[in-house]
Amino acid sequence: MCADVSTDVIKDDSMLLQKKMIAGNYDKITSAPETGQKMVSTFVPGNINELIMCFDFANNLPEINALGNAMRKQSGSMISDAEKMGHSEDVCTYVKADLGMMAKGNIAPNGKPMPNPDMLMLSYTGCYTFLKWFELLREQYKCPTVMLHVPYEGDGKITKNMRDYVVKQLKEDVIPMMEEVSGVKFDIDRLREYMKASAKAEDDLVWVLKSAKNIRSPIDAYFGGVYYIGPIFGAFRGTEDAVDYYRMLRVEIEDRLAKGLGPVTPEGEMGEEKYRLVVEGPPNWTNFREFWKMFHEDGAVVVASSYSKVGGVYDYDGFRHDPQNPLESLAEYCMGCYTNRNLPDRTTMMADLVEEYQADGMLVNSIKSCNSFAAGELLMLREVEARTGKPCAFIETDLVDPRYFSPANVKNRLESYFQMIEQKRQSQAA
Amino acid sequence: MSVKEIIDRCEVLFEDIDFTAAREWKAAKPGRKVVGYLPIYVPSEIIHAAGMLPLGVLGGGSDLEVIHGDAYYQSYICRIPRSTVELGVTKRLDFVDGMLFPSTCDVIRNLSGVWKLMFPEVYTRYFDTPQNYKKEIGGEFYKNDLRELLEGLEEMGGVKVTDDDLRASIEVYNERRQWVEKVYQFRRDQPWKTPSSEIYLLMRAGEVIPPEEHIQLMKDYLAAVELEERRMKDNTRVVLNGSFCEQPPLGLIKSIELAGCYIVDDDYIMANRMITTDIATEGDPLENIAYAFLTDSMPFPSKFEPSEEEKGLYLADYVRKAGAEGVIFAAASFCDPALLDQPLLHHVLDDQKIPYIAFQFAENSGQMQPIREQAGTFADSIKLWSAA
Repeated sequence: MCADVSTDVIKDDSMLLQKKMIAGNYDKITSAPETGQKMVSTFVPGNINELIMCFDFANNLPEINALGNAMRKQSGSMISDAEKMGHSEDVCTYVKADLGMMAKGNIAPNGKPMPNPDMLMLSYTGCYTFLKWFELLREQYKCPTVMLHVPYEGDGKITKNMRDYVVKQLKEDVIPMMEEVSGVKFDIDRLREYMKASAKAEDDLVWVLKSAKNIRSPIDAYFGGVYYIGPIFGAFRGTEDAVDYYRMLRVEIEDRLAKGLGPVTPEGEMGEEKYRLVVEGPPNWTNFREFWKMFHEDGAVVVASSYSKVGGVYDYDGFRHDPQNPLESLAEYCMGCYTNRNLPDRTTMMADLVEEYQADGMLVNSIKSCNSFAAGELLMLREVEARTGKPCAFIETDLVDPRYFSPANVKNRLESYFQMIEQKRQSQAA
Repeated sequence: MSVKEIIDRCEVLFEDIDFTAAREWKAAKPGRKVVGYLPIYVPSEIIHAAGMLPLGVLGGGSDLEVIHGDAYYQSYICRIPRSTVELGVTKRLDFVDGMLFPSTCDVIRNLSGVWKLMFPEVYTRYFDTPQNYKKEIGGEFYKNDLRELLEGLEEMGGVKVTDDDLRASIEVYNERRQWVEKVYQFRRDQPWKTPSSEIYLLMRAGEVIPPEEHIQLMKDYLAAVELEERRMKDNTRVVLNGSFCEQPPLGLIKSIELAGCYIVDDDYIMANRMITTDIATEGDPLENIAYAFLTDSMPFPSKFEPSEEEKGLYLADYVRKAGAEGVIFAAASFCDPALLDQPLLHHVLDDQKIPYIAFQFAENSGQMQPIREQAGTFADSIKLWSAA
């Protein structure tokens, strides 16, 4: 989910297209006062974009704004402003970066001020902080706010009761409020059309993610992966733009595969693939490029990651948006997002990925700000190590707070981890 | 019994991190089961109706040395999951047949998964409460959720629970809530007679003994405290907020009182007070428990407030109802729900010109001097400078 691509990096056509799509969305949002288009703010996990589009809303995602600000090195002062306003150092830095952005005039990446949202769509999926975040935003914007409570898969399954609950909320709370705010009547056939497009794009995304099963992976499924998931996790799932993007991306990756190429990095083609890793946890955004470099310059490629499943799990157990059962399918999508799954299931998923992608092990990037991911990761690490017999390692960073990225420390730990993998290989060879 | 005898017993229960009383309850009759639960709230009526002992597991307290638990949690995660894991790993919870992890926050939620992985022999359930408060939506979901919980307990215990069993347990818990409210009201009326360190121990006792015994304990306490001669002090009346999950060390409560404050309301151990009215005993008991949560449960940070205008007003109401002069926010470090909620509550108090201070603690905080100084300065400033 990259909102920003620096100018001095190597870019594929798909990256340029995505950049254009994101810029277009920001233009759509910031020009809303002139065009009269209504705007809704919502979250990435449990993002019901197809439904939002049925009401002609522009979709604004505060998490994307926060990470974009981090990549542009602006989040530090925003967080600092929020802390001066009384927000604790201990809490989620996405929230504080967003509130700090508001305090600084809510300027979008195109340099224009963001209008206030007409509605807050609180898709309460896999993260408790979302609830507080939108209560805080609602206090500022005084706009209609609708809660979509997505039950957690505590027992590792979606029950009929859970599905019915989400569908009822969609029918009786979410859709009526969207109709009221937008003035647009709900048309389920329009939703079906968007969902057909979603499924098409999802097929291509899954193909791309699974291409990393090749030894000499053509992609990096974590650092590169954040670009690949951008459109489908953001404001574009269900659009023809997203279908085009994923088709283009697939063609590019097919080409790389045919040529035996590895992932493309900001510094160009990646050299020899020495280590294949599965990564658990979100990336650090404040030093994204520096962080990635620590991997690719040592020949480490991430072949699968949990972060590429945070806005929807498509490549593990086959979920696709289903136009025949649109509301039920939206409910299942929301409940199936990675952080809405219980820890045993997440652990099994990670261990399976290590095996299926023939990885050398799993690395946890534990995020100071994100308990939804972080709480339980140390046990997950032990479990994955025990189940796969592969070495696992642990680093700590933060999402958008530059104070919690310690390059020397991270690099030191990564190098130790790569040595561990080498030792494991040697002991197996002996 | 004298107040001292009652509170001494409560203190023994509080300090006993081997849960001897609950072990003895279980051992007294073959086949008995114990079901633990974490803060903030589970409907204990259902556990009780299954003939089981609901056991509040509120972390390891200030004296538990956490050795293993720290290996499971990063430094930036609160202490309650690590001390709870410590209790589990050191077999202090080895007599507990089931564990419920309510929808309090991401940490407690994920702890349910940790428990499933670490203690697969224990019946473990993440317990969801609805964020939608319409009977036909959230009510229906919650009622079915409660039924699933009941069925899980029935299976685990090899018992069948009837509607009449549930109604009988609802009556017991209705009575308990009435007595809890009587204790809180007594403290609001005569805080000099009911130090919060005592009230806290009295409420904590209810987490580890059967509700019937807890009711008797509260009755005995109120009867005894009426007879006590305790001097009224010119203390500042405060409401304490933010300690609904990880519990502070007892020394922190004492320090606030020693600093010149009467705590006249708090959010410690909300499970005792979550439902604010009697739950109906006619009709479908699970529906009654579900609807009571929708319409008559206390606000708390993990619960969505649908109305922006209403957000946080409850705290100002508590202040008024208790005749308090200020609020002390005491949240556990790294407690997302409390710390993210605080700025919203600050704004409500600012609007209503109610003074407040804020500090953070951990269940094993040892240094009370800064807290005593901060609370003392706050109390003095209200006494010296408030308009009244």
